[in-house]
Amino acid sequence: MVDLLADVTITGSLGSIGYGLAAIGPGIGIGIIFGNGVQAIARQPEAYGVIRQNMLLGFALAEALALLGFVAPFVFGA
Amino acid sequence: MQGAVVPMSEVEPGCHLGSGCGFPAPDASIFDIEPYFGNFTKPVFLLLLGSLLIIIFFLAAFRRPQLIPSKLQSIGEMGYLFIRDGISREVIGKDGDRFVPLLFSIFFFVWIGNLWGIIPGAQFPVNSRFAFPVGLAITVWCIYMFLGMRHQGPIKFFTNMMFPPGMPKAIYIILAPIELISNVLVRPVTLSIRLFANMFAGHLLLTVFTVAAFYLASPSVIGILGSATSFLMTVIFTAFEALIQALQAYIFTLLTAVYIAGSLHAEH
Repeated sequence: MVDLLADVTITGSLGSIGYGLAAIGPGIGIGIIFGNGVQAIARQPEAYGVIRQNMLLGFALAEALALLGFVAPFVFGA
Repeated sequence: MQGAVVPMSEVEPGCHLGSGCGFPAPDASIFDIEPYFGNFTKPVFLLLLGSLLIIIFFLAAFRRPQLIPSKLQSIGEMGYLFIRDGISREVIGKDGDRFVPLLFSIFFFVWIGNLWGIIPGAQFPVNSRFAFPVGLAITVWCIYMFLGMRHQGPIKFFTNMMFPPGMPKAIYIILAPIELISNVLVRPVTLSIRLFANMFAGHLLLTVFTVAAFYLASPSVIGILGSATSFLMTVIFTAFEALIQALQAYIFTLLTAVYIAGSLHAEH
């Protein structure tokens, strides 16, 4: 089994797989952020401004991780 | 798929589905544009043109302010109030009013730089070249580091940053270096990469669908359906890009305000 795995040479774009893996965490995170944000707005519509601002802030911080995964293949070569 | 993927630079004109050439997938080489002369490239030209447009617009809007504003002045004031009330006063507070000109300039500079990506004829987001967001991020970094050292004291600024109050003592062994690295090193890196990668990815995505619409246009059912779908996707994603571009300019400005607010008052 070990020999078999060692014989396999991977061709094609590894960077795409890396980006797919990097997008899992931020995907879940952004879902939680917007889900809870919408819930908060529904419960307290008068606080819309503050909630939206903090929602976008959290979104930006989580999204940065996915974007790092997107840029990495271009930086380190596919 | 027919044949191998061909790099963008080697595509022959008239390359369509069924004419024996593979899909010319766009790659990072679409961002390397031949300079007009010397080192004067298209992004530099668009950047200067954008700055000029902003200056002309706001000079026209604010040169002779009236008590009853003209149409142009109303639009300018809407932009100003959006930055002052929506970002500066919400994040920094009343004493943030002296930073409104900075935030205002950053927002419109980034936004017009991004907007070039969907304006026909230009169609190149300035901020998809890494040097431009890096320059902006370095400016922001210098400002918040300087403000922090001036308002909290050169050493107190770093100790306040590394030792936020209200934690068990043992946590500080791990927390202090993490806080230092994230505040001094990671902040400017993520600030620039967030803007750059969004514009880079958006432009690449639009190019993929545009090239696909052209490549698939051929006399067959699959070709016509695929070409029409790709063209529709180009239109949809252009609208989506317009949203992302404004959002990224807003987020860049918002984070600048957050960093400045953190430098003005230590956490307590």
